[in-house]
Amino acid sequence: MNWLGLVNYWVVIVLMMVGFYLVIARANLVRKVIGLNIFQTSVFLLFISIGKVRGGSAPILTPGVEVYSNPLPHVLILTAIVVGVATTSLALALIVRIHEAYGTVDEDVIHEQDEEQ
Amino acid sequence: MISAHLPILQVAVPLILAPLCSLFRSPRIAWSIALAASAWSLVCALLLLATVLDDGPLLYAVGGWEPPWGIALNIDVLAAFVLVLVGLVAVVVATWARRSVESEIDARQASLFYTAYLLCLTGLLGIVATGDAFNLFVFLEISSLSSYAMIAMGRDRRALTASFQYLVMGTIGATFILIGVGLLYMMTGTLNMADLAARLPAIAGTTTVRAAFAFLTVGISLKIALMPLHLWLPNAYAFAPSMASAFLAATATKVALYVLLRFFFTVFGFEFSFSTMNLDLVLLPFSLLAIVSASLVAIFQNNVKRILAYSSVAQIGYMTLGVSLTNVSGLTATVVHLFNHALMKGALFLALGCVAYRLGSVDIRHLGGLGKSMPWTMAAFVAGGLSLIGVPLTAGFVSKWYLIAGALERGWWPVAVLVLLTSLLAVVYVWRVVETAYFKRATGAAPAEAPASLLLPTLALAGANLYFGIETSLSVGVAARVANTLLGGTP
Repeated sequence: MNWLGLVNYWVVIVLMMVGFYLVIARANLVRKVIGLNIFQTSVFLLFISIGKVRGGSAPILTPGVEVYSNPLPHVLILTAIVVGVATTSLALALIVRIHEAYGTVDEDVIHEQDEEQ
Repeated sequence: MISAHLPILQVAVPLILAPLCSLFRSPRIAWSIALAASAWSLVCALLLLATVLDDGPLLYAVGGWEPPWGIALNIDVLAAFVLVLVGLVAVVVATWARRSVESEIDARQASLFYTAYLLCLTGLLGIVATGDAFNLFVFLEISSLSSYAMIAMGRDRRALTASFQYLVMGTIGATFILIGVGLLYMMTGTLNMADLAARLPAIAGTTTVRAAFAFLTVGISLKIALMPLHLWLPNAYAFAPSMASAFLAATATKVALYVLLRFFFTVFGFEFSFSTMNLDLVLLPFSLLAIVSASLVAIFQNNVKRILAYSSVAQIGYMTLGVSLTNVSGLTATVVHLFNHALMKGALFLALGCVAYRLGSVDIRHLGGLGKSMPWTMAAFVAGGLSLIGVPLTAGFVSKWYLIAGALERGWWPVAVLVLLTSLLAVVYVWRVVETAYFKRATGAAPAEAPASLLLPTLALAGANLYFGIETSLSVGVAARVANTLLGGTP
């Protein structure tokens, strides 16, 4: 097994876990969103790694080139990036409104305020 | 001419009308557009169901690009059945919505609320219609993102945190689904579900396919809100605007359950999902946990919307329990309950929306005397509640009947006993509401009965619970056919 050849996938796993940990462990909502972004980005890397064909050139039609990388995962990830941006903007908009309503973006403080009601 | 393009038109029309809806400032015009789009999707769904029942599955290539290059829409009996369900709920809820949205949502935001609703409808219809695994993820995110927006428009500030929590968990779930789809693409080189199904058996033993299976299981379970991944659901349903609660409770988790059936039966195949990966033994403990613990928690809630939300988590347990029985009766129970539960939760949340419209509260301590002051609303609530319990002659009885038959067929009689016992828990939490409404004195001034525009759709849906409890040939007939097809038998 060529461990170095799989370096992309190791990066994916590390990023995924870092993002996931941030989402779970941080009480600050903005940091949660950042964690969520890192988590999603790791999946983008995973898809792009899938598209690589060994010895393949960029998927642009060029005379004399026979082997191309697979462009489909890149296109899929463009869509997924758009989805990710939409999610992030919605999350940030919610955080702004949460800050207006509660005066804080700390999950623990928000929880305490809800308990008091 | 148009009828050949129904599979895409039923998705495209709400999608095109959504931005149009946001252009109007008048809530009334926006509402009319939302209602028209809902009615259109119901008509399309009914036509599709009729076609599919007679002529077999429909395959539609979007834009004329044949699969595997283009995106295929694949409408089989199960898909058409779920489309009809979503369309039906959409029409009833949209008809009901006008007065309720007027009272709960700022007039300047109402058209945006309807826009979010239309996008959510588009997403749900798209998930059901599509035959492409990646396209399914995109529609899933369309419906999820718009439902986060709808939930955040609730009046209580806790709606904001509920929506944020749902957003985080929903995004993790969707990303897990995306990873699963990516791994499948890596192994097969296709995203088309029919092609995936054809190519997967040859490589079923590889770790990558197993990992894809695991990621999809967790991701879809998050979307279904299967215990213990249900944490987003109770607050989201409790603090959302009444219309959003009713619509999402009746459709969103049902469509997620459809995704589960689609992936595990159509794409992975029964053999791999249940014999190799033992999905039935994975689902069984979580289903039972959901049924018992969510029912118990529901009993101790004071916010009636939260009672219903926890009851939803329990009912989802019944549906996944049906899947884990892996026989025709169990799967029939799942599909029938998918339909019936949408009817009962729709009716209950609409009735509760009427109460919220008059009282401004859905706290159980404020409901005293409503049996006298709002008799029709409470009658609808009781009908929905009886159906939820599974009393004979209501829709809920039919699904429980098949579920128990399935459990006995599998030889799991303790499960059958448990289903009966947990129905008693449903009696307790429904009775708490009924007792307060009919036998306790009013705390304040008696409210008037809900206006007809709210009352009629509520009563229609409550009536549907009784109708489909007696006339079962449509729901059970279609469900049995679907169950047979999914399990590989002849329809």
